Amino acid sequence: MPTLGIDVAYVADLARLRLSPEEIETFGNQLEQVLAYVKKLEEVDIREIVLIGEEKGFQNRLRSDCPLPGLSQKEALQNAPQQASGLFLVPRILE
Amino acid sequence: MSCAFSTIQELRKQLLAKEVHPTEVVESLLDRISSVDPKLKAYNYLHPERALESAKKADLSLPLGGVPIAIKDVINVRGEPCTCSSRILEGYIAPYDATVIERLRAAGAILLGRTNMDEFAMGSSTENSAWGVTRNPWDLSRVPGGSSGGSAAAVAAHEAIAALGTDTGGSIRQPAAFCGCVGLKPTYGRVSRYGLTAFASSLDQIGPLTKSIADAALLLEMIAGQDPRDNTCAPEHAPSFSKKLGEEIRGMTLGVPKEYFVSGIDPEVEAATRKAISHFEELGAIIREISLPHTSYSIASYYLVATAEASANLARFDGMRYGRRASGCDDLLETYGRTRDEGFGREVKRRILLGTYALSSGYYDAYYLRAQKVRVRIREDFLAAFRDCQAIVTPTSPTPAFCLGERTEDPLQMYLADIFTIAVNLAGLCALSLPCGFTRSGLPIGLQIIGPMWKEETILQVGYAYEQSTDWHTRRPPLE
Amino acid sequence: MTYEAVIGLEVHVQLKTQTKLFCGCRNEFGAEPNSHLCPVCLGLPGALPVPNEEAVIKTILTGLMLGSTIAPRAKFDRKNYFYPDMPKNYQISQYDQPLCQGGSLTLPSLSFPKDAQKEPQALANKKVRLVRIHLEEDVGKSFHLESRSGIDFNRAGTPLMEIVTEPDLTTPEEAFALLTTLREILRYGNVSDVDMEKGQLRCDVNISVRPAGARDFGTKREIKNLNSISAVRRALKYEIESQIELVSSGGTVVQQTMRWDDARGETIPMRTKEQAHDYRYFPDPDLLPIHTDGRLRTEAEGRMPELPEQKKNRLCRTYGLSEYQASVLASDPPLADYFESAARSTRNPITLANLILNDYLALRQEAPELATVSPEYFGELADLVSDSRLNSRQGREVLAILLRTPKSPKEIAEERGLAQISDRQALEAFCREAIAANPKSVADYKAGKAAAINALKGFVMKKSRGQANPQRIHELLEALLRER
Ligand SMILES: [Mg+2]
Ligand SMILES: [Zn+2]
Repeated sequence: MPTLGIDVAYVADLARLRLSPEEIETFGNQLEQVLAYVKKLEEVDIREIVLIGEEKGFQNRLRSDCPLPGLSQKEALQNAPQQASGLFLVPRILE
Repeated sequence: MSCAFSTIQELRKQLLAKEVHPTEVVESLLDRISSVDPKLKAYNYLHPERALESAKKADLSLPLGGVPIAIKDVINVRGEPCTCSSRILEGYIAPYDATVIERLRAAGAILLGRTNMDEFAMGSSTENSAWGVTRNPWDLSRVPGGSSGGSAAAVAAHEAIAALGTDTGGSIRQPAAFCGCVGLKPTYGRVSRYGLTAFASSLDQIGPLTKSIADAALLLEMIAGQDPRDNTCAPEHAPSFSKKLGEEIRGMTLGVPKEYFVSGIDPEVEAATRKAISHFEELGAIIREISLPHTSYSIASYYLVATAEASANLARFDGMRYGRRASGCDDLLETYGRTRDEGFGREVKRRILLGTYALSSGYYDAYYLRAQKVRVRIREDFLAAFRDCQAIVTPTSPTPAFCLGERTEDPLQMYLADIFTIAVNLAGLCALSLPCGFTRSGLPIGLQIIGPMWKEETILQVGYAYEQSTDWHTRRPPLE
Repeated sequence: MTYEAVIGLEVHVQLKTQTKLFCGCRNEFGAEPNSHLCPVCLGLPGALPVPNEEAVIKTILTGLMLGSTIAPRAKFDRKNYFYPDMPKNYQISQYDQPLCQGGSLTLPSLSFPKDAQKEPQALANKKVRLVRIHLEEDVGKSFHLESRSGIDFNRAGTPLMEIVTEPDLTTPEEAFALLTTLREILRYGNVSDVDMEKGQLRCDVNISVRPAGARDFGTKREIKNLNSISAVRRALKYEIESQIELVSSGGTVVQQTMRWDDARGETIPMRTKEQAHDYRYFPDPDLLPIHTDGRLRTEAEGRMPELPEQKKNRLCRTYGLSEYQASVLASDPPLADYFESAARSTRNPITLANLILNDYLALRQEAPELATVSPEYFGELADLVSDSRLNSRQGREVLAILLRTPKSPKEIAEERGLAQISDRQALEAFCREAIAANPKSVADYKAGKAAAINALKGFVMKKSRGQANPQRIHELLEALLRER
């Protein structure tokens, strides 16, 4: 299996996943297998393809600027792991 | 006989004839669940009191009045958990209804419970669930397929009259095939995704899992149509999907893609599919070989597009606003890392890593962008093919249900099992799976009928013609 | 060696809309924390964004006002990074197809800080190029408590316009001028109130220094989240000085993100770990592209206001105002509108402008809104003053009353016995009396002390209870004294 050299630790850090050394190793190998497999996409001629990202008739589906009902403060906070004085509490953010 | 075994249509007749009361329906389903679900574990969550409560108030004049429906645990229902079979959503109670749930309520349906699935719909076997595996009703040592394995098993085992599932790369059709029921993946944009916890936003669709084609048409009719809350949902009203049921398919051209009958396909699956194709010929359809030349690239394209979208969609699960937060750490980065490490299962982590990598600096063009462009080629294949036929017939899955644990640590093998269903999602088409036979060992085999965008009527018409002239759908799994 | 600074700005402006960018929650400052939320802006699983048309139109309008090219097709992208104030851990923004590209701003001298308006740089009318303008969602607000942080997501999802300049600026004063000019234009377009107190304008600055005349850029530092125009100036001044000091003493600038501590008056490196800016942008699959040709653009075009520079030039041309008068009026569009409607009722718009800019603005603090005074009355007042029927002090007195009572200036002047005495006979009588009563001042004047005439003038003003026309008195006294 060719080594593509994915920096699993870097990617895991971007994704905020804390992986064990064992997981870094296993996932690294599995990802390399998958990436070796997806290399076959290089066989496809993709020149001249412009991505448009929409179906016909699906353009400009915008909302008019009118208020709609939402959640009460209580509903908004109902799932908060930690809260106080109407705020979501999270570990301290360093500036 | 218990009304748990009824289809929606049959049940509605009984209800309207006052042969049975909605509370009896719910009770008989609850009985059935308590007798078979310990073996299957199709449900994550049941709320019997609430189901009985709405049965009491059921309005039979509505199209689904008094009909209990099971919901895949990835669709938000106000006041209920929506765990996506993930620890990271432990304790979460949804404060709102998905659009499809609003529509089911408006149609009079009774929400019965929440079905098991692969965590965040990532998987093809319902083994990647934080709450344990669901088993195949036809063989308890086998998987029900996935990711809507709970919904498919519940319907096949008559623990539900019908269910909603979601299909990102085959997650409705493949479990329907493995469990021997009908599963319909609507055209992308046919059903609102508002309230469906996203896996891959450009591929996900909600659809019905039912005991009959007519039920699938009816259920789709109830949930489809424009929704101002979903930008990607079609701006038109949905037509009546039942309209063409019963119209004959004589003279219709059905395409059979030559790329779908190559190595790796199980001989019994191939034989059953070939037999179904001849059956269509007997019904007067014209069979034409077609080519979908980019078929072999669909899995590679899919796994890059889907995981990239998923890596962003799943970033919100971080223990800050809802769900589970790792305890005992004060540091922000450590809290993120540990929450997501403890909260996500291995397959989810694997896909987040792949998707993050495919988008990361220096790799975007080579992976994500290329995959999206190949996707255009795959779509073009189908557009060309549909110039020569009205629907395409293929096996749903290359094999029948496989054994539990068989593929869990070989992700690539697991991904390859989706070969026949994935291209449909990439191209945004509609497709359904219906039973077309059984293996010698008694496992169901599914037949896939693929239609052009917005042509659900056509594939339902074809499916109905097949179903009405065969009796595979009348068999029951040996659970008693 | 002398150094020069290279400065580029990223300006975030809160758009004035009823609702947030992707949901129907209110875009409102100062509500109870976490009370303006829905599944969409709280980033709940399953919720989907739908763009607010008004925010798109206001961004296009901004582009039109700043001479940008409006993209016929724009799209939204996801910018991925984790932060507790961001509900989805990605921000919906625009990456490679923003709504507006290019454009520019010209910096008039009056937009510079007061103490720098006379400097050559301020007089140069420099043009600063823009890179782009895009639309994105704002994040929530964090409060740093002792061991935790508290988050209010009310602001999360509100529409934010990001305006990025080329690194064309070279001094803190130019940055100040750019922001002042921009703020004025945005208010003209009714795009934003640009209220600093409410954080409606926030700015990131990129700054580097290089030997004067060098072609290559130095290493830049970014100062994040400056929330007032004056803070931008102070932070830049500090940062330029410290970078120059560092470089000229042989050190090198390290690329870094800083924050400005206004109380301490210094920039401080931020402690949050930099994620190497790997934002993994990709098109948001939940949102359709936006096609601006057609209704959106037409609507924005229909809202194009006369811009501050245009208004200023027109006021100069049409009414003969000085550039200064025109600029002050143009900086306050309602005031300028009032001026123009009052100008229809006077023969002397310059006097009217003086009355508004000197007298009304001085009274403004304690006076009610100008809108309560009929413009016809204001015009009439300007005529009374310019016809010398009231002197300027009397003019202000009448104005003060006019702001409170719905009577015409003529009525007020009559009631109060205010009328400038310009009648030659009456004035002459006062002047003769003054000469008779002040022999010493007369003698001083005769002896060549010209200033002694002031004492005589003072006498006349006192006797006439301030109503004498001072110009006339001066002339009369001089004539009478010459006669003797
Ligand atoms: Mg920005
Ligand atoms: Zn909202």
